[in-house]
Amino acid sequence: MKKLLIALVTLLPSLAIAAGGSNVHLESANVDLHDKESLERGLNLFQQYCSGCHSTQYQRYGRVAEDLGISVDDMRKKYMFTDAKVGELMENAIPPADAAKWFGGAAPDLTLVARVRGQDWVYSYLKGFYKDESRPFGVNNTVFPLVGMPHVLEDLQGIPVKQEDGTVVTTGGSMNAEEYDQAVRDITGFLAYSADPVKLEREALGWWVLGFLFIFFIVAYLLKKEYWKDVH
Amino acid sequence: MSNAPVDTGRRRFLTAATAVVGGAGAVAVAVPFIKSWNPSAKAKAAGAPVEVNISKVEPGQLIRVEWRGKPVWVVRRTDAILSELPKLDGQLRDPASEELQQPEYAANPARSIKPEFFIAVGICTHLGCSPTYLPDSFGEQVEGVTAGFFCPCHGSKFDMAGRVFQGVPAPLNLVVPPHQYVDDGTVLIGVDTGAA
Amino acid sequence: MVKNIVDWIDARIPMTATYNRHVGQYPTPKNFNFWYFFGSLALLVLVNQLLTGIWLTMNYVPTAEGAFASVEYIMRDVEYGWLLRYMHSTGASAFFVVVYLHMFRGLIYGSYQKPRELLWLFGMLIFLVLMAEAFMGYLLPWGQMSYWGAQVIISLFGAIPFIGDDLTLWIRGDYVVSGATLNRFFALHVIALPLVLVVLVFLHLIALHEVGSNNPDGVEVKKNKDENGWPVDAIPFHPYYTVKDIMGVAGFLIVFCYVLFFMPEGGGYFLEKPNFEAANPMKTPEHIAPVWYFTPFYAILRAIPDKLLGVVGMGLAIAVLFVLPWLDRCKVKSIRYRGLIHKINIAQFTVSFLILGYLGAVPATPTLTIAARIFTLTYFGFFVALWVYSKNEKTKPVPTRVTH
Repeated sequence: MKKLLIALVTLLPSLAIAAGGSNVHLESANVDLHDKESLERGLNLFQQYCSGCHSTQYQRYGRVAEDLGISVDDMRKKYMFTDAKVGELMENAIPPADAAKWFGGAAPDLTLVARVRGQDWVYSYLKGFYKDESRPFGVNNTVFPLVGMPHVLEDLQGIPVKQEDGTVVTTGGSMNAEEYDQAVRDITGFLAYSADPVKLEREALGWWVLGFLFIFFIVAYLLKKEYWKDVH
Repeated sequence: MSNAPVDTGRRRFLTAATAVVGGAGAVAVAVPFIKSWNPSAKAKAAGAPVEVNISKVEPGQLIRVEWRGKPVWVVRRTDAILSELPKLDGQLRDPASEELQQPEYAANPARSIKPEFFIAVGICTHLGCSPTYLPDSFGEQVEGVTAGFFCPCHGSKFDMAGRVFQGVPAPLNLVVPPHQYVDDGTVLIGVDTGAA
Repeated sequence: MVKNIVDWIDARIPMTATYNRHVGQYPTPKNFNFWYFFGSLALLVLVNQLLTGIWLTMNYVPTAEGAFASVEYIMRDVEYGWLLRYMHSTGASAFFVVVYLHMFRGLIYGSYQKPRELLWLFGMLIFLVLMAEAFMGYLLPWGQMSYWGAQVIISLFGAIPFIGDDLTLWIRGDYVVSGATLNRFFALHVIALPLVLVVLVFLHLIALHEVGSNNPDGVEVKKNKDENGWPVDAIPFHPYYTVKDIMGVAGFLIVFCYVLFFMPEGGGYFLEKPNFEAANPMKTPEHIAPVWYFTPFYAILRAIPDKLLGVVGMGLAIAVLFVLPWLDRCKVKSIRYRGLIHKINIAQFTVSFLILGYLGAVPATPTLTIAARIFTLTYFGFFVALWVYSKNEKTKPVPTRVTH
């Protein structure tokens, strides 16, 4: 009886994991937050291709430089295109009102996109553009149908054309498919970092805390056992 | 309850061990609570060094800049003012700047890197008011002295090197913030890395 | 020296007497099992919520414009702010885990039965206030789920005939959920409800210590005292249960900290994904689900195909728990000595509750809606059946002493 109940209680999370999620197949982003070079390449690509419209306004240049092991000078010279100071937030250069006029809506902030949509979604989205003349920007997206932005990485990937069998063939990009996958992974990695910058620190601290609690539990257990010798 | 003999030594040891480990844990838990009161990244960014263009400051003029929310004065002193400073030593509490109210490189008679420019935090060392700059009428406060700073709150008086006079409530000279010259016309307040 | 100070205080307030009455000499049944950890753990989590909550208010900005950014500010710019925030958000879920298990304990061992009805009622009030507290707290990060969750829950009040629309308007203080709503929820969340909660917890403990703790055998230990007037099956709370509860705390913290440091989103159930996006009154998330601890009741709401009846059903699902002490007419408390039918009934109730919790978390489909209706019926069926069979239930003989 009791065992049955416990079994049910432990079963619940596995049931619940089945909840939510969309039907679109997502590719695994396979991001490694320890790979700081990849994250820096991602920062570079993001600043070059994305930051014109999308801000990452909840994080600061200085913090990113520190976490990614970039010197303040490099940060300023290579990755900062506004007259912001290093300690400031990575806000957008385009005023939202102008963005609304040009694109029909302000581009969303992307600091937390990897937590809202998931890393795999970001990765698949960046790989999911295909040519579609019926759309205002000439492209559509497999994971974000009717997407409202151009394919900004087109000069890297080339023009992706969807074939009869559903596969996508690209022509004219400066990168081959493998290089493009890596570039997209770098951007995804950077956004995964942005969404949860404290993850590595948190987990490192977590092991210490668990180790400590384990010792505390043992001491407390022995103490309890000792006192409860009295009770029969 | 049983009547079995109790191993009081073991019991005492385990109680102490639990108390020590638990106490260490409690102290560790207090750390994030205490540290969260430190200046945040935002406050630190706002408190970053401030670059000031001093090339347009007239002789005798005082400009105010904000650094870490506090007024910082940049005063361009004339030769006449500078020559007046040593004569006041007898009337001051700390004429030789022995108290650590300035970086090492400003512990000199003019309390500055370049004698011409006096840079100080414009906050009275008494209770935190901002003294008034009296370029011509300081004689009313201290006879025979042309210029100085007078604190309206409790009447503290400072000379043109920010040194406090005797017989006023303020205990210490005005604070000289860390600063360095980027070039002849630009000073960076709040930082003194590298050569000053 | 210390003795002098203690004597001085004792001459003025009953400090030592109070300590002895509630801790040092409080007779506690000696046969508490695993299920009895959750009362002290609930107290621990309450303290955690109060402390981290106070610290979060130091940097949180309760305005529609600033709330979302201020949470990210806490998470990024404030030293260890992320830890304080995760302690609070994980603590909220932990609170409900602990309280649900605590209530389940009361259910299986009949801790709500005479003479502990008032104790149970105070506990139910705590549960109710806790739900209000959690709901209002969930609005504060001002994410998409905060916003739309609040929108949906407040709209429930609109189902009340005649005054519904005016009532929702009054609760929101605006035509939609807005900064005005956020401000009042903030005030209630950080001061009003915590005060009520602390008072109720105090009353809960007073009520407990007045009648004495129940135990897994459902035997009243007070009925069997030795020559000194000490119940033979009881031991003083201190040191025996203090050391045991410390061990329980350590065990609990291992699980709690594992979640806190390695999966603070709790798989999207403690911190829901859409809540990492700032509230947008123009765009509803694809799938709105309340936080997991409300989902059983939410499933009941959705199962009933009528707005008013749905709200009534959901309210009843909570209200019926209040009258549990009077629905159970059996004299035997513990499940150990009750009839097979009661064991089956509690098992089906537990399963119903868990499945309703699951159903409330996933998007409704026609099949799942039928399932939700079935389990809504079995949920209420528990109480009806209990009232019917408990009058003449065939029980096993209850021992006069606790078993171990």
